[in-house]
Amino acid sequence: MKKVFTYIKPYTGRMILGLVIKALGTFMDLGLPWVLARIIDDIIPLGEISYILWWGLVMLLLSIGARTFNIVANRKASKVARDVVETLRHDLFVKIQSLSGAQVDHFTIPSLESRMTSDTYNIHHMVGMMQRMGVRAPILLIGGVIITSTLEPVLTLVLAAILPLLGIIVFIISRKGIPLYTSLQNLMDKMVRVVRENISGIRVIKALSKSPYEKIRFSKVNQEVSDMESKAGLTMATTNPILNFVLNGGMILVVIVGAYRVNSGASEPGKIVAFLSYFTIMIHAVMAINRIFMVYSKAIASASRIEEVLVSQEDLKELDIPKETSSDHIVFEHVGFAYTAEPCIHDVNFSIKRGESLGIIGSTGSGKTTLINLLMRFYDVNEGRVLVDGQDVRSFDKQDLRRKFGVVFQNDVLFADTIYENVSIGRELPEEAVKKAIIDARANEFVEALDDQLQYKLAIKGSNLSGGQKQRVLISRALAGKPEILILDDSSSALDYKTDSLLRKAIEEHYKGTTSIIIAQRISSVMKLDNILVIEEGQVVGYGSHEELMRDCDVYQEIYQSQLIA
Amino acid sequence: MAKQSQNKSNDIANKPKDRRYVFKRLGSYIMIYKHLLFLAIILAIASNLFALIGPSLSGRAIDAIEPGKGMVVFEKVFYYAGWMVLFYGVSSILSYILTKIMIHLSQKIIKKMREDVFNHIVDLPVSFFDHHQAGDIVSRISYDIDVVNTTLSNDLVQISASVITVVGSFIMMTIISPELVIVMLVTIPMAIIYTRYRAKVIRPLFRNRSKKIGELNGFVEEMVSGQKTIKAYAAEGEVINRFDKINRETVDAYYNAEYYGSMTGPTVNFINNLSLALITVYGAILYLKGSLSLGNISSFVQYSRKFSGPINETANIISELQSAAAAAERVFKILDEKPEPLDRENADELTEVEGDVFIEDVTFGYLKDKVIINNLELKSKPGSLTAIVGETGAGKTTIINLLMRFYDVWEGNIYVDAKETRDITRKSLRKAFAMVLQDTWLFSGTIFDNIAYGKENATMEEVVEVAKVAGIHSFIKRLPDGYNTIVNEDGINISKGQKQLLTIARAMLLDANMLILDEATSNVDTRTEIKIQKAMRRLMEDKTCFVIAHRLSTIQGADNILVVDKGNIVEQGNHKELMDMKGYYYRLYNSQFE
Repeated sequence: MKKVFTYIKPYTGRMILGLVIKALGTFMDLGLPWVLARIIDDIIPLGEISYILWWGLVMLLLSIGARTFNIVANRKASKVARDVVETLRHDLFVKIQSLSGAQVDHFTIPSLESRMTSDTYNIHHMVGMMQRMGVRAPILLIGGVIITSTLEPVLTLVLAAILPLLGIIVFIISRKGIPLYTSLQNLMDKMVRVVRENISGIRVIKALSKSPYEKIRFSKVNQEVSDMESKAGLTMATTNPILNFVLNGGMILVVIVGAYRVNSGASEPGKIVAFLSYFTIMIHAVMAINRIFMVYSKAIASASRIEEVLVSQEDLKELDIPKETSSDHIVFEHVGFAYTAEPCIHDVNFSIKRGESLGIIGSTGSGKTTLINLLMRFYDVNEGRVLVDGQDVRSFDKQDLRRKFGVVFQNDVLFADTIYENVSIGRELPEEAVKKAIIDARANEFVEALDDQLQYKLAIKGSNLSGGQKQRVLISRALAGKPEILILDDSSSALDYKTDSLLRKAIEEHYKGTTSIIIAQRISSVMKLDNILVIEEGQVVGYGSHEELMRDCDVYQEIYQSQLIA
Repeated sequence: MAKQSQNKSNDIANKPKDRRYVFKRLGSYIMIYKHLLFLAIILAIASNLFALIGPSLSGRAIDAIEPGKGMVVFEKVFYYAGWMVLFYGVSSILSYILTKIMIHLSQKIIKKMREDVFNHIVDLPVSFFDHHQAGDIVSRISYDIDVVNTTLSNDLVQISASVITVVGSFIMMTIISPELVIVMLVTIPMAIIYTRYRAKVIRPLFRNRSKKIGELNGFVEEMVSGQKTIKAYAAEGEVINRFDKINRETVDAYYNAEYYGSMTGPTVNFINNLSLALITVYGAILYLKGSLSLGNISSFVQYSRKFSGPINETANIISELQSAAAAAERVFKILDEKPEPLDRENADELTEVEGDVFIEDVTFGYLKDKVIINNLELKSKPGSLTAIVGETGAGKTTIINLLMRFYDVWEGNIYVDAKETRDITRKSLRKAFAMVLQDTWLFSGTIFDNIAYGKENATMEEVVEVAKVAGIHSFIKRLPDGYNTIVNEDGINISKGQKQLLTIARAMLLDANMLILDEATSNVDTRTEIKIQKAMRRLMEDKTCFVIAHRLSTIQGADNILVVDKGNIVEQGNHKELMDMKGYYYRLYNSQFE
């Protein structure tokens, strides 16, 4: 929570100015009844119509003033709220961008999404409302106490005794409410997850006619959310009637105490009447404060969810490791890694010279992709080290390191944007470069057939392209930046053999200086590369050229055989 | 990523009709619980009346105090104080019950609304999801419905309670001085006209606010899911710039809605103050002319205060209502999306499927003016294997979309067991197929749940059995909780290949007579594939199979191979026939050895 408050701090000056204006507006509002009383008590008896009109004018001016000041103050409040939330959301997004894969897994995507939107929205609501309503109520309350104390100090003591009680009630109930709102938000995450899964899996769900099942699944989560909403709502709703009763109880007490005071001659009945009317004003103020507290409780719950993300430590820090001279472009040295307790890869050693190509082949789940995750530093090695140009990847600026690569991942994503933007992906590449990459990736055949060519807009997740077209756009993306290192992780699986082989030829011819790593299932995709790494259950079981491996490596031969048999 | 605001313009048209429609529709949700609502309103009135009696009781108590020093009638003071305790107590209890009912009521409505939206989403055609951001849909079901919720639970009763005070006060004022009420006749219409005018101005602003939040959600969704790629291309800076733009638009939309919304309150307040000033001046003049007593002015003023209080409140609530209406509109827009058309009235259930498929002269495309499949003809006998090969992007998956009726053909017919598929219920048609797609899909649940997904009441034995056959059992065994390990969509520690094996196991558990394999083993390495080949054969046994593959080795034994190029079937026949033709297939086949 503290962290979120620091976002409000820079605006303290503006906020105070706004609050002062708001206070002025409020005083003008409150000045009206005073003028009214004056007209009735002092002016009318004078019997002079022009005086009445003059004072009427004062009332009019006060009204105009109240409106103007209130609007100006509201505007200032809205601006502060806007700016606070803009910065907060910006920082949150930047932070989310910097989270490591493990951290995203920890928070889960739907939860990050709702923290970005619903939770920041709750903060927005609170910051605005606190400024707009948070002034009037305290002024009424404090002003009320001051005025009543000048009227009747003893009766004010009754009031003074009640106020802390009210504070305690509000405090206790909102303390109970905040955790409820936190669990509510977490349940909402769960609900959102079900919705997202249904969106992404709609084909499977329909194919298996599982809609009824999904409806039940959703209905369960919905019930949970709804129950928690009710619980939180009911908890917060108890305050109003309780406060009302306590306040009115206080009023009754005032009447009784007042009766004794009057009886003993220490006070007059008129004062009690006045006291009671101020009491009514104060009841309204307390109710308003209570409403603010409700919004506040919700926002606090959201703030702590946001903070959780903001304070999460960057877990891939830049280390200070001196560079070595090395003739190799990429080196893996005794590398070991585990996602969980189960080791994933173990003691992997290999090196690639600049401009060479390496194929990686191995069974499903043998740890091929993990090597890429370590090389590009999405995760850190547990043992050994990975060097690029003789420099440990952990000592690079992460962005500098990654700029060396052009990569297509398994399950890589296309964005709902033009083909150009999908290839350029924020690098602002010249159109020529993009065009060339598209030709090399064999994507030109279909791109040229499109109406808008490079400006053709892809649908969400590229759903207006076929699997093979998507892969070719992705490969264009990898080639377009003329990368030092090209990585294709199982990214030709949706390509037919013909396209695949043409693609390989193009890379061979046009990207000579580029070091390439190609992960594939098919021997034909890697057999012509300089070296091939055979990996099996996280261990290297073969390294060498196709011919060498055919001679020495059993696993490789097995794979080869498996692909020959029809 | 760049401009997502292209279809903005068609949103803004036809406003007034929309508004009435939205309120009517929202009303129909509320009317489901009209009994509860009625009860709530009664309680609101009762609770207010009890509270209104309070002051008159305290007045009497004060009358008892009035005589002054030594003369206070304590019995009376205590008597009325006692009544006050009772009335305020009852009023508090009533108002507590009232809030409870309202929360209950709004929860019921909201729950129903969410459920309706979700149930509707699941029934929407596949094409809907190809064109809508997941994040935006999510935003409608979470944020927008939440906005409606807030309004329902807070404001509904408040309005109905206010009405009573307003009407009551107005009556009292008329009784006191009909002449003074003339002043109100000037200011009330002013307030009404003004609020109506504001509402018109504010409404698009709130609509925009909801829309922007949806866009923000969509963007975040896209960027968070594509995070690895963004990092790999060091494009964080650019993405953040784009985010900043959308963020700015979102907070601006919020600011505009809030700012213009919050102008209403002070202005209506101003009109009230104005009427107060007029009443005072005019009242004072009347008094001087002798047609009004001082006491009358005083009580008239009191009532006019009471009168304007709720009106003021209502002005604030109106902006809340606007925001709720804008949100509800987005929700209803989803509900108005056409679901998959209903099955024909006398649609048959497809039972005891033989698996005889006949595609007759089918033409189809996704976009109106772009034909993807042209006059396709295809016959597949029960138990036969039809393979579809061809260049990527040639429309192979489209054939599957049509077979499963994710999309309906433009022209021509598709028959299963000599029944036109549009005369068959979708459910039974789809049930007749087992399907393994290239895009693997797991949902957050245990491995067991994921495998057993297609078959109700599957036992653990059955699941383990298919997992073994699919060659994924030993992997599952190594997971921390075995078959009870929770997986989800985003889980990155299960490789694509393993996911695919899970989906193969899932398909194995179904007893469908037709099978669709859309690049089903493209993510599995060949040795594993050979290991599960026996299983795949068993899966395919006696079924009419449609296989899309580019590993031509897997389909050489097919009874019928369709060679698709640019949506047209260019060649059709078995492997041998096609090789003998020395045409497109021949070239395709040989290219894999290049």
